[in-house]
Amino acid sequence: MNNPNKKRLRRTMMFLNAQKPGLIKDPYIYRPDSIMLDLEDAVAENQKDVARFSLYHALQTINYRGIERVVRINALDTPYWREDIRCAVAGGCDSIRIPKTECPGDVKMVENAVIEAEKEFNRPEGSVLIMAAIESARGVMKALDICESSERLFGIALSGGDYTKDLQTHITGTGIELMGARQNMVIAARAAGVQCFDTVYTDLDNMEGFRKDVETIHLMGFDGKSIINPRQINTVHDIFTPSKKEIIFAEKVVKEIDDKKAKGIGVFTVDGKMIDIAFYDGAKRVIDLAKASGVYKGDL
Amino acid sequence: MEILKPAVAGTLESSDCQVMVEPGDGEIEFELDSAVLNQFGNQIKKVVLETLKNLDVNNIKISVVDKGALDCTIRARVEGAIYRSVGQMENLPWGGAIQ
Repeated sequence: MNNPNKKRLRRTMMFLNAQKPGLIKDPYIYRPDSIMLDLEDAVAENQKDVARFSLYHALQTINYRGIERVVRINALDTPYWREDIRCAVAGGCDSIRIPKTECPGDVKMVENAVIEAEKEFNRPEGSVLIMAAIESARGVMKALDICESSERLFGIALSGGDYTKDLQTHITGTGIELMGARQNMVIAARAAGVQCFDTVYTDLDNMEGFRKDVETIHLMGFDGKSIINPRQINTVHDIFTPSKKEIIFAEKVVKEIDDKKAKGIGVFTVDGKMIDIAFYDGAKRVIDLAKASGVYKGDL
Repeated sequence: MEILKPAVAGTLESSDCQVMVEPGDGEIEFELDSAVLNQFGNQIKKVVLETLKNLDVNNIKISVVDKGALDCTIRARVEGAIYRSVGQMENLPWGGAIQ
């Protein structure tokens, strides 16, 4: 399976209640990288049925202008998730987000339902990707197995609210309670070659705290963050988009390594810093991220 | 489809509409309340009637309170109310009668 969207840019993944027409009609004006149309927690139990119609027609009708359309289905221990998948796949979604993923079997169950729905609604095989939200201590401990459970799986996401409840603590705003899960998940995702996304930051009035939180997960190696409000988008994009200085340095590193390799030189300096082949992939990644973010003007 | 019992879908929030359906007296009875009735009343009615036709519903009392809903929202709420009235929540005909 080779879906080019598997590695697409996902700095911001914005949750939207699929049952609220006012929210889902024009989120593209804020330019998040992905939207997550939610059929799960945001939708009241007695609205689960009608939310699907709203989702289906939004997917079919609204031009989201290249923004990835992920659908968060209901959990696998509810009676809703199979019909959620039929609706989302028929509507034309790009990806399915599985809540409360605890083991590879959960991903397999969803994958099988997605395969059936792709056939039923004449969508190309492999066109619908999957991401898994991890919301429990067990899920965190199984992160690597979950990451390697399906070719369709493009990434995993931490869901901090349920996770801290399971851990018998709570969200403090400092990130201490999330440290272990974040570290474990990002290492698992990197080992498996998939992406990793951080949990939402719910204190919308504390933009300074939000910035610190995003800076932390950026340094830890995350690919992006789940968000709940358009006002959080710019901060995340700011932090996750390489600066001009970083791009210029990465460009020099790539060009110098290519040049020096041809001359048989292994170690040299760029702007006073020792550089060898170990820096190559990192520099290439900065260039790729700059390209995907639309800020690269060079010729690499 | 035969409307079996009264049902409601949608809200009175901005950009939404609330649709109420009940069994008819042998025909389609349509009622609309909208702040943009003069500008978009005919378009809203057209979308509702098209949706009923797709679902093969001919005997219904349907009332719409519009709060500036897009066509796709009107379709969703009409279908939501009708499938509620017949009690069907699974194996829905996505891409078929639901267009």
